[in-house]
Amino acid sequence: MGKSVIFTQLSGVYAISSNYPGTTVDYSKSTVRKNDTWFELIDAPGIYALAAEAEAEKIAERLIEEADIVVNVVDATNLERNLFLTFELLEKRKPMVLVLNMWDEAQKRGIEIDREALEEALGVPVIPVVATTGEGIKDLIRALDRAQIPKLIPQDHEKRWEEIGNLLSKVQRFSYREPQWIDFLYQATISPVGGLFIGIGVLIGSFFLVRLIGEGIINYVFDPLFSHFYLPLLERLDQLLTFSPFLQNLLIGQKIEGAINLEQSLGVLSTGVYVPIAVVLPYVLAFYLVLGLLEDIGYLPRLAVLLDGLFHRLGLHGYAIVPTLLGLGCNVPGILGTRVLESEVERFIVATLISVAVPCAAQQALIIGVLGDFGMGPVILVYSVLFVVWLVTALLLKLTVPGYRPALIVEIPPYRLPYPRAVASKLWMRTREFLKDALPIVLLGVLGINLLYTTHVFSILAEAFSPFLSRWLGLPGEAILVLLLGFLRKDLAMSLLIPLQLSVKQLIISSVMLAMFFPCVATFVVILRELGWKRLLEAIGIMVSLSLLVGGLLNIIL
Amino acid sequence: MSLVEMQPGQEGIIVEIDGGRGVVDRLWVMGIFPGKKIVKLSSLPAQGPVVIKVGNQELALGRGMAQKVIVEVTP
Repeated sequence: MGKSVIFTQLSGVYAISSNYPGTTVDYSKSTVRKNDTWFELIDAPGIYALAAEAEAEKIAERLIEEADIVVNVVDATNLERNLFLTFELLEKRKPMVLVLNMWDEAQKRGIEIDREALEEALGVPVIPVVATTGEGIKDLIRALDRAQIPKLIPQDHEKRWEEIGNLLSKVQRFSYREPQWIDFLYQATISPVGGLFIGIGVLIGSFFLVRLIGEGIINYVFDPLFSHFYLPLLERLDQLLTFSPFLQNLLIGQKIEGAINLEQSLGVLSTGVYVPIAVVLPYVLAFYLVLGLLEDIGYLPRLAVLLDGLFHRLGLHGYAIVPTLLGLGCNVPGILGTRVLESEVERFIVATLISVAVPCAAQQALIIGVLGDFGMGPVILVYSVLFVVWLVTALLLKLTVPGYRPALIVEIPPYRLPYPRAVASKLWMRTREFLKDALPIVLLGVLGINLLYTTHVFSILAEAFSPFLSRWLGLPGEAILVLLLGFLRKDLAMSLLIPLQLSVKQLIISSVMLAMFFPCVATFVVILRELGWKRLLEAIGIMVSLSLLVGGLLNIIL
Repeated sequence: MSLVEMQPGQEGIIVEIDGGRGVVDRLWVMGIFPGKKIVKLSSLPAQGPVVIKVGNQELALGRGMAQKVIVEVTP
């Protein structure tokens, strides 16, 4: 762990990092200049050995194969396990610099490593660093052109471990250290009963924390800003635009009861700006802040361990929770995150489950925003329905999709206190990603909807679908537009429910339908790229049929 | 006995990996092989994984895999 932090330190290009293995599933590139030489620097996913199974590992192996110099970042608190890959690489005669990361923590834990002896034995530069503070990075840069090809003879696993053992007995020593409070906490979170309660508590607590922060930002920051500054500005603009009703309609939108309504007017500058900034952004911020903290503390792998038993019955292994949680932020990184899973079948199943039953933060913001007006009951109902759908879909896929499902084997990193700066830059990166992806699509989407309304295409569509929608789902014909626009962005589509004046029951059904019905275009593309056409069509088939079934059932039950 | 049958807190030495090549190799690279000293930390409920400590490293092994790791408990 820590490769991405070192990459960021070396290149100034930010790469997302966390306190668990498997955060990096793709590579980042950058160039670094040293004197007159330019180095192309590539941040690769982590691997344990040259025996790739998961997609992320295959990427790493390919990169190592192509590299001129390998900067091999190992965890100094865990030298033994890490030396295995180091030996494998050395046997391949790759010029290497060995970086001993988390040097400070190793010392705190009473681990003494004789750097010079290690350098001597391996024949490559060995550089201790503390990636999070940047300590030792200069030495690393200096060592880059001392990277050397060592002379090690290829050998089998058994011989290799034997040599590692011999080497370590010479270069590494442990001294006793008092157990710390964090060790007790550690024991509690993986203890059979305590761990379960802590796990449930953490998940529920996180949900409410996200809601509290999101709500707080909306009520105390964005709503006042919009109503005191932005709305008056729009009203002025509206007056100026009276010469062109067309432009007025496009930019400001329909007046609701004679006034501009930021949620319902559907102008590019009114609803188009208000929804992504004032409704969705606060929740995106809140979600990624809480997720970032959980990641950097190191809770996610523990959650994976805790859930493995349950997930096994669903044909998955516990690590599937990691991409699923990422999917709660945005389905795209969630589906990319499935690269840590070893088998293609498992990747397909988890990706499908994410796209069917895991609403992204943007959509959740609207679910809470729209349904929250009727109390927490309907919100909880939507989440519960989606959870049951997730569970049942997992079971169905377990029974119908054959294939190899490898057992769980994960490294559990120790708990660490998150660095505020690291948490903040991760939050900023992810938020920027959201703004960059969401804003243009929402603005264009609102523009498109606006034109559909004015050209009456919309009412023709609504009429055509009305019989089916009302009979099967109990929804008005206009809801078809919401479902279709879900392809563009689900938050935008959800916001179109507001002007329809639906009942609570109709809102619940349409929220669930929208979450399940069809992937948004970004998710569509990422499934296609990661898993291919066949898998994409299978996933979509499952989504469409299940959503129609669940929507119909809800209409009958509620 | 296997890792599953060991009691939390017990120490032991791995004597055998009773599995196919795939399993043996995956465990090898994580540093789990015959002759290795381990401590069992816990077993999670509902057929959950077994958590062990190998050297300085804490690892969770799925139940099926843990069953294949045969250990001799050191008193």
